[in-house]
Amino acid sequence: MRFTGVMNDIMCIRQFASIVNAVARLSKTCVLRITATHLYLIANEAGIVNSSPGLWAELDQGHFFNVFNMGGVSEENNEIFLEMEPDTLSKTLSSFTSTQTAARFLKIKLTKKHSPCLTLEVELPSLSVHARIVVHDVPVRPLPRRQWSLYQEPEMPQCDTSLYLPPLKQLRHVVERMKTQASHITLAGNRRGTLVLSMSTDTVTVSTYFRHLSMPTWDRDDGGREGEPEELRSATVDIKRLALFLTGEQIGPSKVICNIVEGRLIHMFLLHEDVTLQYFLPAATNVY
Amino acid sequence: MPLFSQQDKDKENYQFKAKTDNAKNVLQILRTVNFRDTATVILSQSGLKVTVEEAKCVQANAFIQTDLFQEYEIEEELLTFRINLTAWVECLNIFGGSSVPGITPSLKMYYAGYGSPLILELEEGGVVTDCKINTEEAEDTLDFDFFTTGVVNKIIMRSECLKEVFSELDMSSDVLEIITSPDPPYFRLSTFGSHGPNHADITKESEMIENFSCTKTLSQRYKLALLRPMVKPLTAATKVSVRTDARGFLCLQFMIKTDNNHICFIEHFCCPDVEEND
Repeated sequence: MRFTGVMNDIMCIRQFASIVNAVARLSKTCVLRITATHLYLIANEAGIVNSSPGLWAELDQGHFFNVFNMGGVSEENNEIFLEMEPDTLSKTLSSFTSTQTAARFLKIKLTKKHSPCLTLEVELPSLSVHARIVVHDVPVRPLPRRQWSLYQEPEMPQCDTSLYLPPLKQLRHVVERMKTQASHITLAGNRRGTLVLSMSTDTVTVSTYFRHLSMPTWDRDDGGREGEPEELRSATVDIKRLALFLTGEQIGPSKVICNIVEGRLIHMFLLHEDVTLQYFLPAATNVY
Repeated sequence: MPLFSQQDKDKENYQFKAKTDNAKNVLQILRTVNFRDTATVILSQSGLKVTVEEAKCVQANAFIQTDLFQEYEIEEELLTFRINLTAWVECLNIFGGSSVPGITPSLKMYYAGYGSPLILELEEGGVVTDCKINTEEAEDTLDFDFFTTGVVNKIIMRSECLKEVFSELDMSSDVLEIITSPDPPYFRLSTFGSHGPNHADITKESEMIENFSCTKTLSQRYKLALLRPMVKPLTAATKVSVRTDARGFLCLQFMIKTDNNHICFIEHFCCPDVEEND
């Protein structure tokens, strides 16, 4: 197994750091899957639905890396699966990406020191002629082949409602205020572009209505759904998890799709040019 | 879940209706008295009065006059109920700080009378929030019998200097002693903490003082913990009036200017700290 990648563009390094940061917030451990074309960050614990991953981030290798060199376990299985703590990687990356010490390049390499590590090498600018090279080692654990099947791409759920979310900042305010009062939130949507966020406790019931949201087109050609287009389909989820997901706006997604599977699941699909991030929030049972 | 619930409500049955195009003003006032979760609300022809009490020793009253609202209708003489103030504040703040300056959420409030919830409808940029806050039966609020017993000393001042004094109080002290007097030191706030006594004096000639009318020397101690809730309205206020009566009861009245220049008043009463062997 070998892997070496070099990023030369600070914008790419920053974007990569913000994705790792988003993953770190949502999950304690994750798996970095490296293939010839893509990098994946996968976490299982976030929400187990049919034992498929709860978090799935897909990064186009060509967008991020100027040099990319990898070799998997064998010819026919040309992939690498590394388990690690995204938090350690995120902290390392954020120290490189602050405005004062913008790195000139970032080299990521799979190495074997005392144990397997992802070695991050950066060149930081300095006032003198000699640039500083900083090396960080992030411990990783290569996953054996038999565990790979746990980290396969989750299937797109057969959703009841699919909507483009309003600006995340706006949504986050509403969710944050609801979070102070309740532990669960209900998301409901219909096929007229309405999204309702609601929560209720013994003392208070709050519902926020977003109207005239646009809808992804795949919703329309699916004949499987019955019922009136006005009918609301809802799922109730843990409000803290939703709030954590919404703070991930640093990625600056161009579009976020929210898919609701009634009573079972909320599937968030974050789209950016060369990055996609999927997050599955399982519905809470026995809330009311 | 009814989708267009806010449209098919029968608004004729409400005993109280109020509407403002800036919910933040109401929020600003309510926040200053939110040191406890529960409040007693009195709705009347002149406006809203929100009362919060603690330990039967402190009472804060916030008055929101009808002129803060564009529409204000009440069918009864008086309507009273108890409500979760924290929930009310959180609901009013649901849109948070707007990203676009100048856009403020509008607010409508409805109350159908005894036993029904307080209904809030907030709207900002096409996004609508409905809130229903359950109400409880009102309990009697404390009557400090302050104004009938006669105010002895009264000082009206700009709030800045009192704000400064409060922010530098020695919190290791249990009590705050307030001396008001026609003679020096005129107006003194003292703490007795682990580092020794500390006095802050404001003379009656100070530029901060607008009106100084003290007839007797009064020295009284108050539990510092009970005065803590006054810091919030003090920071929001432009003017403050300090009054004490013959029994040593303290009344602070804060004048708060909202964003659109409406004036609201917050009133704080506090019992003196009397030692048992006195």
